[in-house]
Amino acid sequence: MLSVNLAILIPFLAAILVPFLYAKVSRKHIGWFVLIVPVVLFVSLARYIPSVAGGETYLSTIAWIPSYGIHFTTYLDGLSIIFGLLITGIGSLVIIYSIYYLSAEESLGHFYIYLLLFMGAMLGVVFSDNLMVFYAFWELTSISSFLLIAFWYHRKRSRYGAKKALLTTVTGGIAMLTSFIMIYVMTGTMSIREIISTIDYGHALFIPAMLLLLLGAFTKSAQFPFHIWLPDAMEAPTPISAYLHSATMVKAGIYLVARFTPIFGSHETWFWLVSSVGIITLFWGSFNAVRQTDLKALLAYSTISQLGLIMTLFGIGSAALSMGAGEETVIYTQATFAALFHLVNHSTFKGALFMVIGIVNHGAGTRDIRRLGGLMSLMPISFTIALIGSFSMAGLPPFNGFLSKEMFFQAVVSVSQSGIFSLHVSKVLFPVVAWVASVFTFIYCMIIVFKTFLGPYQPEKLDHEAHEAPAGMLISPIILAVLVVGIFFFPNVLGDYLLRPAMASILPSIELEGMIEPISAWHGFNPALWMTLGVIAVGTLMYLSIRRWKGIYSLLPENWTLDNLYNNSLIQMEKISNRITSFYMTGYLRSYSIYIFLFFIAAVGGTLLFTGAYAFDFAGDAPISVYEIVLVLVMVAAALAIPLAKSRVNAVLLNGALGYSMALFFVVFRAPDLALTQLVVETVSTALFLLCFYFLPKWKKEETPRRTKRTNLVISIAVGIIFVLVALSVRGGKLFDTISGYFENAYELAGGKNIVNAILGDFRAFDTMLEVIVLFIGGLSVYTLIKLKSTKEEQNLEDQ
Amino acid sequence: MKINDVILQTVTKIVVFIILTMAVYLFVSGHNSPGGGFIGGLVLASALVLLFLAFDTETIMKRIPLDFKMVAAVGAFIAVATGAASLFLDIPFLSHAYSYFNLPVFGKTGLATVTIFELGVALGVVGVVVTIILSISEDV
Repeated sequence: MLSVNLAILIPFLAAILVPFLYAKVSRKHIGWFVLIVPVVLFVSLARYIPSVAGGETYLSTIAWIPSYGIHFTTYLDGLSIIFGLLITGIGSLVIIYSIYYLSAEESLGHFYIYLLLFMGAMLGVVFSDNLMVFYAFWELTSISSFLLIAFWYHRKRSRYGAKKALLTTVTGGIAMLTSFIMIYVMTGTMSIREIISTIDYGHALFIPAMLLLLLGAFTKSAQFPFHIWLPDAMEAPTPISAYLHSATMVKAGIYLVARFTPIFGSHETWFWLVSSVGIITLFWGSFNAVRQTDLKALLAYSTISQLGLIMTLFGIGSAALSMGAGEETVIYTQATFAALFHLVNHSTFKGALFMVIGIVNHGAGTRDIRRLGGLMSLMPISFTIALIGSFSMAGLPPFNGFLSKEMFFQAVVSVSQSGIFSLHVSKVLFPVVAWVASVFTFIYCMIIVFKTFLGPYQPEKLDHEAHEAPAGMLISPIILAVLVVGIFFFPNVLGDYLLRPAMASILPSIELEGMIEPISAWHGFNPALWMTLGVIAVGTLMYLSIRRWKGIYSLLPENWTLDNLYNNSLIQMEKISNRITSFYMTGYLRSYSIYIFLFFIAAVGGTLLFTGAYAFDFAGDAPISVYEIVLVLVMVAAALAIPLAKSRVNAVLLNGALGYSMALFFVVFRAPDLALTQLVVETVSTALFLLCFYFLPKWKKEETPRRTKRTNLVISIAVGIIFVLVALSVRGGKLFDTISGYFENAYELAGGKNIVNAILGDFRAFDTMLEVIVLFIGGLSVYTLIKLKSTKEEQNLEDQ
Repeated sequence: MKINDVILQTVTKIVVFIILTMAVYLFVSGHNSPGGGFIGGLVLASALVLLFLAFDTETIMKRIPLDFKMVAAVGAFIAVATGAASLFLDIPFLSHAYSYFNLPVFGKTGLATVTIFELGVALGVVGVVVTIILSISEDV
């Protein structure tokens, strides 16, 4: 079988190949070639299903930085395989869809490169066992999704949305990195599996690590109040939205919570945070979805709310870890089971819905529900798919959403009846909020179907006559819709082969045998069913009377939104940093020199003073020869004369004299390499000076105030003293190993008689290599600073 | 204003060859005596600078149609690539090797992979120095 490590790398390798394909293959067909990648991965992952269902896990390691315990370790178990299958499965469907969705004029090469990068990064996230590798892939998903969201980068909204998503998720990512480092400090290992067995619950860092980790999960999964990036991310092309928001990117946070439940889940805080943030998000998302007029924005809010639902279930489920065996544990394990089940269901119906919205946008030219209506007869297939997807999301039978929604109700009801973690206070809160949120979910699901496809058809409001999508565009949503119905009728196939093995990864300490009942569509007249019936009844009433109560949305002042908070904080941050920058970026060379020298005095002088490093030792010094004295005198004279020079030529010449006598010094000390370098550098820099010379402003004696002069004098004398002190005390202290070892074995080890070169090119070649690169970057920077100015045309493009 | 620079141009024509020879000598002999990639590159670059000063950039760029940014990039690439090459042989990054060969004209000669690395350094230096000088001089 294909190794999982290789499976992660395949999308990246494919991404490298895309540009070459792009040159060879017709633009129309490039998508089909890209499609091979996820299909192959899906099939090879699917071949693991039977053995994983049998309880097997696969671990493979490639050593990367062994000295820090960082290995490219992949771990394939029940949990990761579900995500892996979703990523590659939905990925395949999205690529098929995008082949028909994107016109050949778009830069398809970029599109597929970003998509493949994203796919590889997501696979890396779900399969990595090593914290650092996990983090690297995690941030790579942020970056590649940034590129995907900003795919139409000439639009201002796209760039805004991409930046927002990146800022939010990367902030969370850095919090998560901090948490990982804390975990490493606590356990001494980077491997998630090993952490599970070695974590110490009483450690002082345990709670901070948990909070920071959750911050990462919440930002990634768009949980309240970090959900604001998700609606703006909808500026991406629809296939991307379908991929990022139904199956992958936003589910990474959920994955994180599930994966770390065995580590943190038994703690009360984890239960409370995850479940309450989840339920707030569930409510807030569904409440706001109803007011949206753009179908895609509506779906964005619905995604937020559904993610909240899954998060709540994982939160509730984590309680199983602290309960031990017992009757109540059953409730919690079933909640986790429901979370996994809804995760899969959500990917199917939300994927289908996104694709249908794309089709509507494509066929009718708009996504605004105020302009849409009556499309049923014109787009019958899309209507059917939208109906299936929406009703599943609303939790109606016979669709898979019904099953997981019932399990969700069951979980919140039972959790309110049990008395864990002093839940008495909010006993009713959980079921009530969940129920209300479901009513709103029901309403917006009805809006998607009925406002778009029923009612009067208004061709005058559309850009062009509405029509059904080409067959190819319908393939993927049809497959997903079939899955939505199929899972309802055969839920236990999914449950037995995928969900149960995953349970063992999330709740490893629980004996799962007999804990989870088979999923059944009919489960008697229990509270969950009554709640669903209530949702349908109240939801229908409210949907019909939507005009009457829409006023509640205007109760909150228009500008009291988190979006505004985000925008304003960005503006404020820019203002403050502008102010700070303009404070020190005066544009006067003098100020910059002063800052640099002051810093130098503080840092080096301070170190010298506090560490007591100035120890002088003249014992081993060689006698000073006449040449040296002469040279020193010349240098001193030249240095003193520079500030007194009357013309610029004189100053340049004196500076040159200083440099060349330095080179002579190297000659006297028998360092020909240094002398040569010094000579050539001096020559080239003098030539550079000559180049600019003609264009420099007139040399004029400035009347500097006496105070400035005095400050300058003090600073320069201080710098001089510190340099002398450093130079003298270098002889005294021996902090590092002497380099004379190189001198002794340069010829044996490097085969060179020139020890300087042996050091530069061989012993310390890494430094030299980096220096060359730094030099290169420096050269390029000079070039770009001087040469590249954006033309007017480019600027116009930017402002769209 | 036309400057009469016959002397400079005539001298340059001869001197540049001396400098270039010197640069190549410094580069090649660097392993055992003073010299090496960095200095060799710098001297070579200074020869070019002299040419640019004596004649003008257009004339020289017509005769030496090199994109010096690319030269620098190739240099940086070579420096990294020689390091990476050792990874394929499963030895630590940037390990070098040397050996002695009997070459037709030169007789027994020591050849080291460091030379390739130094070539990268030299190209990087030449490319960067000339790029900086050219872009500054063209700007003003």
